[in-house]
Amino acid sequence: MDAKDILGLPKTPFSSSQEKKSRPPKEPQRKPDGVSREVYALTGGVGMPPLMPTIEASHLKRRPAAEKEKVAWQWLPFTSSARTDNLQLYHWVRVVNGIQPTGDYQFAKYNKRADVLKYTDEEYEKYLVDPAWSKEETDQLFELCERFDLRFIVIADRFPTARSVEDLKSRYYSASRALLIHRARSFEDVSGNPLVKDAYDAAHETERKRALSALLSQTKQQERKDAETLAEAKRIMESRAASKNVDVAVMPPNSDNAMVPVDGVSPSSSTHPSLAHPNTSANILIPNSLRTLRVYLRTHALDQMVQAVGASAGLRVIKRVDQTLQELAVNLKPKVPTKAVCIEHIELRNELLTLLNLQKQLQNKEAEVSANRESSFTEAPSTPKRSNRDIDRPFIPDTSGFTGERAGKRDHKRKSTGRFIDAPPSPPQSKRPRKLKGSD
Amino acid sequence: MSTQNKRLKDVEVSFPIVYGTISFWLGKKASEYNSHKWTVYVRSANNEDLSVIVKRAVFQLHPSFQNPTRVVEQPPFELSESGWGEFEIAITLYFHSDVCDKRLDLFHQLKLYPEEEAGPQSTKKPVVVETYDEIVFPEPTEAFFLRVQNHPAANVPRLPPGITLPPPGPMEIVPYEKKRGDTKDHPLSQWFSNFSEADELLKLAAARQQVQVHIAKLRRQLTMIEGMPQQSKAFSVPGQQFRHI
Repeated sequence: MDAKDILGLPKTPFSSSQEKKSRPPKEPQRKPDGVSREVYALTGGVGMPPLMPTIEASHLKRRPAAEKEKVAWQWLPFTSSARTDNLQLYHWVRVVNGIQPTGDYQFAKYNKRADVLKYTDEEYEKYLVDPAWSKEETDQLFELCERFDLRFIVIADRFPTARSVEDLKSRYYSASRALLIHRARSFEDVSGNPLVKDAYDAAHETERKRALSALLSQTKQQERKDAETLAEAKRIMESRAASKNVDVAVMPPNSDNAMVPVDGVSPSSSTHPSLAHPNTSANILIPNSLRTLRVYLRTHALDQMVQAVGASAGLRVIKRVDQTLQELAVNLKPKVPTKAVCIEHIELRNELLTLLNLQKQLQNKEAEVSANRESSFTEAPSTPKRSNRDIDRPFIPDTSGFTGERAGKRDHKRKSTGRFIDAPPSPPQSKRPRKLKGSD
Repeated sequence: MSTQNKRLKDVEVSFPIVYGTISFWLGKKASEYNSHKWTVYVRSANNEDLSVIVKRAVFQLHPSFQNPTRVVEQPPFELSESGWGEFEIAITLYFHSDVCDKRLDLFHQLKLYPEEEAGPQSTKKPVVVETYDEIVFPEPTEAFFLRVQNHPAANVPRLPPGITLPPPGPMEIVPYEKKRGDTKDHPLSQWFSNFSEADELLKLAAARQQVQVHIAKLRRQLTMIEGMPQQSKAFSVPGQQFRHI
């Protein structure tokens, strides 16, 4: 009844399903009326499966049959194979079901003994003679090593003469190494033995202990001072690396600046600069890009120099320089580019840059003076007016007879036409004509 | 011999050259595809023999020509052709092994028709377009310097102090009796242009003088203006004297 409520099944369709059971041939093919397809698929179509597994009630009554154990502690005697005197001792032992413990004492397996070599008198005379050690000392050393299982702190404490731990270790290990090497048939047989492979270094051990002792005896103030010193050293290294980067960054501008001559050439050297220091000026003017070339044209070098001179100026200033050169009737590019002509041309460009710079400074000064004059209500002298007139007027070069002739020639060139009309008919003039046959 | 392969510091040897074309109209013989006869060349500025440094000159013509790449291995380094079109000619100079391993490229625009309207085209007067330039060899080898220091086509500077060269041996004395390579008696030499360094220097010097005068004037005005705010200081400033060059 509850299952039906959970599944939402009506009671009437279920009874109708019971009626359908009487007709076996149609049951698997027909869905009962009133029941939706989904619900019918959920039920499986036949009967109602149990919702919970059944458990036999008899199983709940069963009790696990635990076997009873009897535990007791007994005071029992024991002996240890690690000893040689057969001493018998007693200790408490946990006894289960009355079974007595058997076997050796369980801690006897930890009694390890060092395998200390023994030598004969003949072997000592042949292999182990050392001026720093007597035979009696060596015999006693080996006896103590065997007795105290190579615990050298204890051995040093019991050694009759005043020998350091490093000295004892060095003697023992070198003697053992010599014995192993000479007793073997060949060196390869014992080369893997730790005593042979790793030689004892007494000096290193002494130094290591001294440094460790110094470190452990350091006071807190010393530790703090060392930390500060290390931090300061780190800062110095960082600043040094940073300064190196700055030097590398600054290098290219310096080389570029070196190529630009100083502003304001003195008039005395303008007449014959090439005679004064031709090699020096040539080297100064030659850009770096040309120094590596084995051969170059003078015009190419001149172009590089002109670019270097105008590198610091803006595009408008460069145009002003070119315009002024034209007004002065000077070729923008010399027609006869000899070395002397190139040097003169570069100096002229530098002087024009200086001129434009001075004009700008003068205009700024004039503006400042005007502002001061307005604020102070002082009367203006006659000189600033004349300077104003000079500033407003652009720089117009004087036209001499020679330059006048040049200007006239240029005007004539500008008016000329392309070709004479009476010329015989020919194809139009073009820079890249298509030519079928060249040699006909 | 290995000593002469050492390079001379702070020394540069230059060779002034002129390259260009001379074009003649063919007159009555001119046709649609063959109106001009022209010659392209590279010569020394003073018409001396350039084969002292130039081993080979390669002229690259327009692709429409038959065999557009022409090689000239003997002086004078020139090429004559005929045609009707104007185009850019590339000239590549190859130098002797002791001179330089790199080659040098020159570019020239062929011009057949005159710019100015100077009357009808004449078969007697050609169209001449020439360009002056200098081939510069910085830090030449000693062997090269010894070979060309007495050649008339070269501009050899005075050696800086500290550099002394051995006197040339008998093997290094190069006779200049052969005049086949120079272009002094060239058939077209009457049309060669004259390039005057003095004229260019004169114009540059005159321009520099004008600019310097103007700079001095601006500096004087700047000095006077800077003394303007204080009246007493302005009066006490001494007058600027013109400095004549």
